[in-house]
Amino acid sequence: MAGLMLGNQAVARGLYEAGVEFVSSYPGTPSTEITEFASTYDKNEMYSEWAPNEKVACEAAIGASFAGRRSFCAMKHVGLNVAADPLYTASYTGVNGGFVLAVADDQGMHSSQNEQDSRNHAIGAKVPMLEPSDSGECKEFTKLAYEISEQFDTPVILRLSTRVAHSQSIVELEDRKTVRYDYTKNPRKNIMTPANAKPKHIIVEERTKKLREYAETSPLNRVEMFSDEIGIIANGAAYQYAREALGEKASYLKLGMVNPLPVKLIKDFAAKVKKLYVVEELDDIIETHCRKIGLDPIGKELFTFIGEYSQTYLREKILGEKNEFVQLEDTIPVRPPVMCAGCPHRGVFYTLKKLGVFVSGDIGCYTLGSAAPLEAMDTTVCMGASVSGLHGFNKAMRGEYEGKAVAVIGDSTFIHSGITGLINIAYNRTNSTVLILDNSITGMTGHQNNPANGKNIYGDPAAAVDLEALCHSVGIDRVTVINPGDLAETERVIKEELAADAPSVIICRKPCALLKTVKHNPPFKVNKDKCKTCKACMKIGCPAISITDGKAQIDNTLCVGCGLCTQMCRFGAIEE
Amino acid sequence: MAETKAIMLVGVGGQGTLLASRILGNVLLSAGYDVKVSEVHGMSQRGGSVVTYIKYGDKIFSPVIEKGEADVIISFEELEAARWLPYLKKGGKIITNSQQINPMPVIMGVQEYPENLTEKIRAKGVDITAIDALSLAEQAGSSRAVNVVLMGLISKTAGFPEEAWQAALDACVPKKAMEINKKAFALGRGV
Repeated sequence: MAGLMLGNQAVARGLYEAGVEFVSSYPGTPSTEITEFASTYDKNEMYSEWAPNEKVACEAAIGASFAGRRSFCAMKHVGLNVAADPLYTASYTGVNGGFVLAVADDQGMHSSQNEQDSRNHAIGAKVPMLEPSDSGECKEFTKLAYEISEQFDTPVILRLSTRVAHSQSIVELEDRKTVRYDYTKNPRKNIMTPANAKPKHIIVEERTKKLREYAETSPLNRVEMFSDEIGIIANGAAYQYAREALGEKASYLKLGMVNPLPVKLIKDFAAKVKKLYVVEELDDIIETHCRKIGLDPIGKELFTFIGEYSQTYLREKILGEKNEFVQLEDTIPVRPPVMCAGCPHRGVFYTLKKLGVFVSGDIGCYTLGSAAPLEAMDTTVCMGASVSGLHGFNKAMRGEYEGKAVAVIGDSTFIHSGITGLINIAYNRTNSTVLILDNSITGMTGHQNNPANGKNIYGDPAAAVDLEALCHSVGIDRVTVINPGDLAETERVIKEELAADAPSVIICRKPCALLKTVKHNPPFKVNKDKCKTCKACMKIGCPAISITDGKAQIDNTLCVGCGLCTQMCRFGAIEE
Repeated sequence: MAETKAIMLVGVGGQGTLLASRILGNVLLSAGYDVKVSEVHGMSQRGGSVVTYIKYGDKIFSPVIEKGEADVIISFEELEAARWLPYLKKGGKIITNSQQINPMPVIMGVQEYPENLTEKIRAKGVDITAIDALSLAEQAGSSRAVNVVLMGLISKTAGFPEEAWQAALDACVPKKAMEINKKAFALGRGV
């Protein structure tokens, strides 16, 4: 049986067929659907869960591997930074049951805060990394990764990119085969004290040599000979772009194993072609390897370090050919992503803008609070940095900003890594004000349950973190819960907590408007006779409201009746 | 060897371009083609400009479509047709929903929504058809069925058996929305 599958879906299928029994991940675009699809399989065969963050997910998967079961975790590229700590040492312990970590890079930053190349982590952790270039390979490479993991006693990283993770192509289905190992206590292998880790490092270096030999003949790396005029060494999506751009005008060395890289295979290929190119998105890792082994390919001197490549880009760079196209003379207004109509975050950011405070931002839908017309955000770095960053900001400003600075962080992000920053605020004491935007879901990645909303990945009831009690227990005495849909209450409480001579948390609690469980009111209408065109309703940046023919107008296909705009209108022009 | 064909679905996040691409992908697969579909998830879905690439033929390598490469652009919104026009191949065809959805710069009054975009595109010598898919979707029972109305319209000219389309609808549309979507498909096909 064959069907169209997303790359992420094909990885999940590969996990199932490989007999994986434990999956633990934290959502992150473009990796999220791997675990969502994994959770659609029978949990008695392959159990899945959302972990509080990537480090926990990775450690749980390492534990499952110790238990002798094939295990897995998935994350986006920046999530691997969070999980790097356990990964680098799991490289020393090795595995019992096979352990594979999937990481999805986001070339082009479709939904990310940076464009880091995860291959650097494979090099740093000294673990093999496989990189598929379509959905069929996603499934095959996933299965092969488990064999490599067990054969070489190592974690294996499966590297995806946005294009591979989020493209559908044809996948053939096979049956599941379970592979299990017994657990035996083995301190020298599994306790990484210096005395045990020193001999392990020697083994790791030997393992890399063996893996490099494996790479010379592995089916993961393949040569496709056509013309000897041009030779292309490429990996992942870049291979597909090159293959389409140059067809049979070139020969190809497609590298499916991107760490460690083969030597002889590359030298032999280079010797067969007149002009050698390395086509790799982001960093110059294959190119640098080529130079180390004495080759002089054309690489980043011609191709960019930035963003995604394409067949058109490569055709232009290598062959000098350009596509023709037509365009209009009109300026086409941009259409950036916006907070949805009825978004519970809107009232918070409107209030923060009105108060003119410094806003330490974080990663989630609410990062859209930085966009016009709300523009109520000063900084955004990574998950959790809003809370810890605000503490540093306030300390460095010697308290001067404590009454006019806040941090904003979502419920899922707060659990991920905001809580440690809050402990620091209480322990090292700044009178910081932290707003937890609790919309009862992990929103931006497409609605995943999390430890604060009382449901597990299967939608079954689960323990829910009591955010109020948690904040109290780490030493925050002032914890207030508000409804961010009430602008007067929101403003009053934020002002009160900013003025307080103590650290404080305001939990802004209202579920995401897109949740199926949320009941919406009927759309509001503008009474044109009452509308004075003062445009006060426009200040909240709701996509459902516009000025048409000189009067405010509400799009009834978008409006969910949240009523925020009715609180803006001084003339009572917005009616049910 | 069948030539590679490239179709783009463009629209505004939330309009259901993903479902439409799944339907189209299923039909092409049942016709025996190699198919690749490239989607956008995550941040840009939040009311932003979204695009899905669909390529089919004997053997497809790259899943993406670049400027000057699309045989057909199916646009769910008029401004998006204009935005993605440069991606159309010479001699290509655009089918657009005539619906206009204001982007944030227009809502804020910083920029104007350009006028007569369909006519301007046609004046460039481009084969463009505009239909009021929103009205047809509302007639079918839900403004959210714009995507399936457009699939109905495409089904007429794409040259695959109607049974393949119906099977794709059965495979891709959630059961409780099936009746409305079958109606929407029929209305689109009837245009």
